[in-house]
Amino acid sequence: MNWIFQPWPWYIAGPMIAFIMFLLLMSGKSFGMSANLRTICTICGAGNKANFFNFDWKSQKWNLVVIIGAVIGGYIGSYYLTTDMAVAINPDTINDLNILGFMSAGESYLPDELFDNSSLFKVKNILILSIGGFLVGFGARYAGGCTSGHAISGLSDLQLPSLIAVIGFFIGGLTMIHFLFPLIF
Amino acid sequence: MRTLIYLFIGILFGITMFKSEAASWFRIYEMFKFESFHMYGIIGSALAIGIIVVQMIKRFKIKSFYGEEINFNTKEKTLSRYIIGGIIFGLGWALAGACPGPMFTLIGVGYFPIIIVIISSIIGTFIYGLLRDKLPH
Repeated sequence: MNWIFQPWPWYIAGPMIAFIMFLLLMSGKSFGMSANLRTICTICGAGNKANFFNFDWKSQKWNLVVIIGAVIGGYIGSYYLTTDMAVAINPDTINDLNILGFMSAGESYLPDELFDNSSLFKVKNILILSIGGFLVGFGARYAGGCTSGHAISGLSDLQLPSLIAVIGFFIGGLTMIHFLFPLIF
Repeated sequence: MRTLIYLFIGILFGITMFKSEAASWFRIYEMFKFESFHMYGIIGSALAIGIIVVQMIKRFKIKSFYGEEINFNTKEKTLSRYIIGGIIFGLGWALAGACPGPMFTLIGVGYFPIIIVIISSIIGTFIYGLLRDKLPH
Protein backbone atom coordinates (compact mmCIF):
# COMPACT_ATOMS: atom_id res chain seq x y z
CA MET A 1 0.00 0.00 0.00
CA ASN A 2 3.04 2.21 0.18
CA TRP A 3 2.54 3.37 -3.40
CA ILE A 4 -0.53 5.34 -2.40
CA PHE A 5 1.63 7.79 -0.42
CA GLN A 6 3.93 8.37 -3.39
CA PRO A 7 2.93 10.65 -6.29
CA TRP A 8 0.72 8.62 -8.60
CA PRO A 9 2.30 7.81 -11.97
CA TRP A 10 0.46 8.72 -15.17
CA TYR A 11 -0.62 5.12 -15.83
CA ILE A 12 -2.60 5.14 -12.57
CA ALA A 13 -3.97 8.69 -12.90
CA GLY A 14 -5.04 8.50 -16.56
CA PRO A 15 -7.15 5.33 -16.15
CA MET A 16 -8.64 6.81 -12.94
CA ILE A 17 -9.79 9.87 -14.91
CA ALA A 18 -11.32 7.63 -17.57
CA PHE A 19 -13.04 5.68 -14.77
CA ILE A 20 -14.45 8.93 -13.32
CA MET A 21 -15.80 9.89 -16.76
CA PHE A 22 -17.29 6.39 -17.07
CA LEU A 23 -19.03 6.69 -13.68
CA LEU A 24 -20.50 10.06 -14.65
CA LEU A 25 -21.69 8.78 -18.05
CA MET A 26 -23.25 5.75 -16.37
CA SER A 27 -25.04 8.13 -13.99
CA GLY A 28 -26.51 9.86 -17.03
CA LYS A 29 -24.25 12.92 -16.63
CA SER A 30 -21.12 14.17 -18.34
CA PHE A 31 -17.62 15.07 -17.22
CA GLY A 32 -17.15 18.84 -17.51
CA MET A 33 -16.01 20.99 -14.61
CA SER A 34 -16.18 24.52 -16.02
CA ALA A 35 -19.98 24.24 -16.35
CA ASN A 36 -20.01 24.80 -12.59
CA LEU A 37 -18.71 28.34 -13.04
CA ARG A 38 -21.79 29.17 -15.11
CA THR A 39 -24.05 27.52 -12.54
CA ILE A 40 -22.48 29.62 -9.77
CA CYS A 41 -23.15 32.79 -11.86
CA THR A 42 -26.79 31.75 -12.17
CA ILE A 43 -27.10 31.11 -8.43
CA CYS A 44 -25.67 34.61 -7.82
CA GLY A 45 -28.47 36.06 -9.95
CA ALA A 46 -26.66 36.58 -13.27
CA GLY A 47 -29.87 35.53 -15.06
CA ASN A 48 -31.14 39.08 -14.64
CA LYS A 49 -28.20 40.43 -16.63
CA ALA A 50 -27.79 37.93 -19.47
CA ASN A 51 -29.99 35.27 -20.97
CA PHE A 52 -27.05 32.86 -21.03
CA PHE A 53 -27.53 32.39 -17.29
CA ASN A 54 -31.28 31.76 -17.46
CA PHE A 55 -31.53 28.07 -16.82
CA ASP A 56 -32.68 25.88 -13.98
CA TRP A 57 -29.50 25.63 -11.93
CA LYS A 58 -30.96 22.81 -9.88
CA SER A 59 -30.44 20.55 -12.90
CA GLN A 60 -26.70 21.14 -12.36
CA LYS A 61 -26.71 20.55 -8.61
CA TRP A 62 -25.06 17.16 -9.11
CA ASN A 63 -22.02 18.84 -10.68
CA LEU A 64 -21.67 21.24 -7.75
CA VAL A 65 -21.66 18.18 -5.49
CA VAL A 66 -18.83 16.78 -7.63
CA ILE A 67 -16.68 19.90 -7.08
CA ILE A 68 -17.45 19.87 -3.34
CA GLY A 69 -16.14 16.30 -3.48
CA ALA A 70 -13.08 17.57 -5.37
CA VAL A 71 -12.35 19.96 -2.47
CA ILE A 72 -12.67 17.11 0.05
CA GLY A 73 -10.51 14.91 -2.20
CA GLY A 74 -7.78 17.57 -2.15
CA TYR A 75 -7.92 17.58 1.65
CA ILE A 76 -7.78 13.79 1.93
CA GLY A 77 -5.08 13.50 -0.72
CA SER A 78 -2.79 16.05 0.88
CA TYR A 79 -3.38 15.44 4.60
CA TYR A 80 -3.81 11.67 4.72
CA LEU A 81 -2.21 10.29 1.57
CA THR A 82 0.91 12.39 1.18
CA THR A 83 4.08 12.61 3.21
CA ASP A 84 6.19 14.77 0.90
CA MET A 85 4.46 17.60 -0.97
CA ALA A 86 7.41 18.37 -3.29
CA VAL A 87 6.74 17.83 -7.01
CA ALA A 88 9.73 16.20 -8.69
CA ILE A 89 9.71 18.06 -11.99
CA ASN A 90 12.49 17.83 -14.55
CA PRO A 91 15.78 19.39 -13.27
CA ASP A 92 15.97 21.48 -16.47
CA THR A 93 12.50 22.87 -15.69
CA ILE A 94 13.62 23.66 -12.13
CA ASN A 95 16.59 25.50 -13.56
CA ASP A 96 14.40 27.57 -15.91
CA LEU A 97 12.05 28.41 -13.05
CA ASN A 98 14.90 29.45 -10.78
CA ILE A 99 16.02 31.89 -13.45
CA LEU A 100 12.48 33.33 -13.54
CA GLY A 101 12.64 33.74 -9.77
CA PHE A 102 10.67 30.66 -8.66
CA MET A 103 13.09 29.33 -6.05
CA SER A 104 10.49 26.90 -4.66
CA ALA A 105 10.53 24.82 -7.88
CA GLY A 106 11.16 21.17 -7.04
CA GLU A 107 10.52 21.78 -3.34
CA SER A 108 6.80 22.42 -3.02
CA TYR A 109 3.46 21.54 -4.62
CA LEU A 110 2.65 25.05 -5.86
CA PRO A 111 5.13 27.92 -6.18
CA ASP A 112 5.35 29.69 -2.81
CA GLU A 113 6.12 32.86 -4.77
CA LEU A 114 2.52 32.87 -6.09
CA PHE A 115 0.43 30.74 -3.74
CA ASP A 116 1.88 31.21 -0.28
CA ASN A 117 -0.90 32.60 1.92
CA SER A 118 1.11 35.82 2.35
CA SER A 119 0.75 36.40 -1.40
CA LEU A 120 -2.82 37.49 -0.68
CA PHE A 121 -1.25 40.81 0.28
CA LYS A 122 0.98 41.31 -2.76
CA VAL A 123 -0.56 43.41 -5.52
CA LYS A 124 1.40 41.73 -8.33
CA ASN A 125 0.35 38.26 -7.21
CA ILE A 126 -3.28 39.25 -6.85
CA LEU A 127 -3.14 40.67 -10.38
CA ILE A 128 -1.52 37.54 -11.83
CA LEU A 129 -3.98 35.19 -10.12
CA SER A 130 -7.00 37.28 -11.07
CA ILE A 131 -5.98 37.67 -14.70
CA GLY A 132 -5.19 33.94 -14.91
CA GLY A 133 -8.54 33.02 -13.38
CA PHE A 134 -10.44 35.49 -15.55
CA LEU A 135 -8.92 34.05 -18.75
CA VAL A 136 -9.70 30.50 -17.59
CA GLY A 137 -13.35 31.32 -16.88
CA PHE A 138 -13.91 33.46 -19.96
CA GLY A 139 -12.04 31.11 -22.29
CA ALA A 140 -13.60 27.92 -20.99
CA ARG A 141 -17.13 29.21 -21.52
CA TYR A 142 -16.28 30.78 -24.88
CA ALA A 143 -14.76 27.49 -26.05
CA GLY A 144 -17.67 25.58 -24.52
CA GLY A 145 -15.52 23.52 -22.16
CA CYS A 146 -12.21 23.10 -20.40
CA THR A 147 -9.70 20.29 -19.99
CA SER A 148 -12.33 17.84 -18.71
CA GLY A 149 -15.09 18.83 -21.14
CA HIS A 150 -12.99 19.03 -24.29
CA ALA A 151 -9.65 17.22 -23.80
CA ILE A 152 -11.24 14.23 -22.04
CA SER A 153 -15.01 14.05 -22.73
CA GLY A 154 -15.08 15.64 -26.19
CA LEU A 155 -11.99 13.89 -27.55
CA SER A 156 -13.16 10.54 -26.11
CA ASP A 157 -16.27 11.04 -28.25
CA LEU A 158 -13.99 11.88 -31.23
CA GLN A 159 -15.47 15.34 -31.68
CA LEU A 160 -13.58 17.61 -34.05
CA PRO A 161 -14.58 20.85 -32.23
CA SER A 162 -12.92 19.50 -29.08
CA LEU A 163 -9.72 18.82 -31.00
CA ILE A 164 -9.74 22.41 -32.25
CA ALA A 165 -10.31 23.67 -28.70
CA VAL A 166 -7.43 21.55 -27.35
CA ILE A 167 -5.15 22.91 -30.10
CA GLY A 168 -6.25 26.37 -28.92
CA PHE A 169 -5.42 25.45 -25.29
CA PHE A 170 -1.89 24.61 -26.42
CA ILE A 171 -1.41 27.70 -28.57
CA GLY A 172 -2.47 29.80 -25.56
CA GLY A 173 -0.40 27.86 -23.02
CA LEU A 174 2.74 27.82 -25.15
CA THR A 175 2.42 31.55 -25.89
CA MET A 176 2.03 32.30 -22.19
CA ILE A 177 5.01 30.26 -21.04
CA HIS A 178 7.47 30.88 -23.85
CA PHE A 179 6.72 34.50 -24.75
CA LEU A 180 4.80 36.14 -21.90
CA PHE A 181 6.41 34.58 -18.80
CA PRO A 182 9.78 36.28 -19.43
CA LEU A 183 7.91 39.61 -19.55
CA ILE A 184 5.74 38.95 -16.48
CA PHE A 185 8.26 37.35 -14.10
CA MET B 1 -28.36 8.50 -2.34
CA ARG B 2 -27.53 9.87 -5.79
CA THR B 3 -26.00 12.93 -4.14
CA LEU B 4 -23.70 10.65 -2.16
CA ILE B 5 -22.59 8.95 -5.38
CA TYR B 6 -21.69 12.32 -6.94
CA LEU B 7 -19.85 13.28 -3.77
CA PHE B 8 -17.91 10.02 -3.93
CA ILE B 9 -17.05 10.59 -7.61
CA GLY B 10 -15.88 14.12 -6.76
CA ILE B 11 -13.70 12.88 -3.88
CA LEU B 12 -12.15 10.30 -6.18
CA PHE B 13 -11.53 13.02 -8.76
CA GLY B 14 -10.00 15.38 -6.18
CA ILE B 15 -7.67 12.71 -4.80
CA THR B 16 -6.63 11.75 -8.35
CA MET B 17 -5.96 15.38 -9.34
CA PHE B 18 -3.89 15.97 -6.22
CA LYS B 19 -1.97 12.69 -6.14
CA SER B 20 -1.18 12.73 -9.87
CA GLU B 21 0.13 16.30 -9.43
CA ALA B 22 -2.15 17.42 -12.29
CA ALA B 23 -3.24 20.10 -9.80
CA SER B 24 0.34 21.36 -9.52
CA TRP B 25 1.23 24.63 -11.23
CA PHE B 26 4.73 23.18 -11.75
CA ARG B 27 3.42 20.22 -13.75
CA ILE B 28 1.46 22.51 -16.08
CA TYR B 29 4.53 24.65 -16.67
CA GLU B 30 6.66 21.54 -17.31
CA MET B 31 4.03 20.21 -19.73
CA PHE B 32 4.08 23.40 -21.82
CA LYS B 33 7.89 23.22 -21.80
CA PHE B 34 7.66 19.65 -23.19
CA GLU B 35 10.11 18.61 -20.49
CA SER B 36 8.18 15.66 -19.10
CA PHE B 37 5.92 12.91 -20.36
CA HIS B 38 3.87 12.92 -17.14
CA MET B 39 0.91 15.16 -18.12
CA TYR B 40 0.80 13.77 -21.67
CA GLY B 41 0.74 10.27 -20.19
CA ILE B 42 -2.19 11.19 -17.95
CA ILE B 43 -4.27 12.86 -20.66
CA GLY B 44 -3.23 10.31 -23.31
CA SER B 45 -4.06 7.21 -21.28
CA ALA B 46 -7.32 8.74 -20.01
CA LEU B 47 -8.19 9.45 -23.62
CA ALA B 48 -7.23 6.01 -24.98
CA ILE B 49 -9.47 4.32 -22.41
CA GLY B 50 -12.11 7.03 -22.74
CA ILE B 51 -12.44 6.43 -26.49
CA ILE B 52 -12.95 2.70 -25.90
CA VAL B 53 -15.51 3.37 -23.15
CA VAL B 54 -17.53 5.79 -25.29
CA GLN B 55 -17.40 3.46 -28.32
CA MET B 56 -18.57 0.51 -26.18
CA ILE B 57 -21.45 2.52 -24.73
CA LYS B 58 -22.53 3.56 -28.24
CA ARG B 59 -21.93 0.21 -29.96
CA PHE B 60 -23.70 -1.90 -27.35
CA LYS B 61 -26.28 0.77 -26.47
CA ILE B 62 -25.36 0.44 -22.80
CA LYS B 63 -27.96 1.99 -20.48
CA SER B 64 -27.10 4.15 -17.48
CA PHE B 65 -27.24 2.80 -13.90
CA TYR B 66 -30.80 4.11 -13.81
CA GLY B 67 -31.84 2.36 -17.02
CA GLU B 68 -31.87 5.54 -19.13
CA GLU B 69 -30.29 6.04 -22.52
CA ILE B 70 -26.83 7.66 -22.41
CA ASN B 71 -26.63 10.83 -24.48
CA PHE B 72 -23.51 12.56 -25.73
CA ASN B 73 -23.68 16.30 -26.30
CA THR B 74 -22.61 16.88 -29.86
CA LYS B 75 -20.77 20.19 -30.11
CA GLU B 76 -21.87 22.58 -32.84
CA LYS B 77 -19.51 22.45 -35.82
CA THR B 78 -18.01 25.94 -35.91
CA LEU B 79 -14.45 27.17 -35.70
CA SER B 80 -14.02 30.62 -34.11
CA ARG B 81 -15.34 29.87 -30.64
CA TYR B 82 -13.14 26.81 -30.21
CA ILE B 83 -9.94 28.35 -31.44
CA ILE B 84 -10.32 31.82 -29.87
CA GLY B 85 -11.92 30.52 -26.66
CA GLY B 86 -9.33 27.75 -26.52
CA ILE B 87 -6.40 30.18 -26.83
CA ILE B 88 -7.84 32.43 -24.11
CA PHE B 89 -8.33 29.41 -21.86
CA GLY B 90 -4.79 28.18 -22.56
CA LEU B 91 -3.27 31.56 -21.64
CA GLY B 92 -5.08 31.46 -18.30
CA TRP B 93 -4.38 27.77 -17.68
CA ALA B 94 -0.62 28.35 -18.02
CA LEU B 95 -0.64 31.54 -15.93
CA ALA B 96 -2.80 30.34 -13.03
CA GLY B 97 -1.53 26.77 -13.44
CA ALA B 98 -4.96 25.38 -12.67
CA CYS B 99 -8.02 24.44 -14.66
CA PRO B 100 -11.63 24.48 -13.41
CA GLY B 101 -11.49 21.08 -11.64
CA PRO B 102 -8.14 21.18 -9.82
CA MET B 103 -8.68 24.78 -8.66
CA PHE B 104 -11.33 23.46 -6.28
CA THR B 105 -9.10 20.59 -5.17
CA LEU B 106 -6.45 23.14 -4.18
CA ILE B 107 -8.81 24.79 -1.66
CA GLY B 108 -8.94 21.44 0.13
CA VAL B 109 -5.14 21.34 0.17
CA GLY B 110 -5.19 24.69 1.97
CA TYR B 111 -3.87 27.05 -0.71
CA PHE B 112 -6.19 29.96 -0.05
CA PRO B 113 -4.87 32.33 -2.78
CA ILE B 114 -6.49 29.90 -5.26
CA ILE B 115 -9.79 31.46 -4.16
CA ILE B 116 -8.72 34.60 -6.08
CA VAL B 117 -8.38 32.41 -9.19
CA ILE B 118 -11.81 30.84 -8.61
CA ILE B 119 -13.60 34.15 -8.03
CA SER B 120 -12.02 35.70 -11.12
CA SER B 121 -12.89 32.66 -13.21
CA ILE B 122 -16.52 33.11 -12.13
CA ILE B 123 -16.27 36.79 -13.12
CA GLY B 124 -14.71 35.74 -16.45
CA THR B 125 -17.62 33.39 -17.08
CA PHE B 126 -20.07 36.17 -16.21
CA ILE B 127 -18.40 38.66 -18.59
CA TYR B 128 -18.52 36.03 -21.35
CA GLY B 129 -22.24 35.66 -20.70
CA LEU B 130 -22.70 39.43 -21.08
CA LEU B 131 -20.66 39.67 -24.31
CA ARG B 132 -21.79 36.38 -25.81
CA ASP B 133 -24.01 37.83 -28.53
CA LYS B 134 -21.28 40.21 -29.70
CA LEU B 135 -18.52 37.59 -29.97
CA PRO B 136 -17.84 35.51 -33.07
CA HIS B 137 -18.77 31.88 -32.57
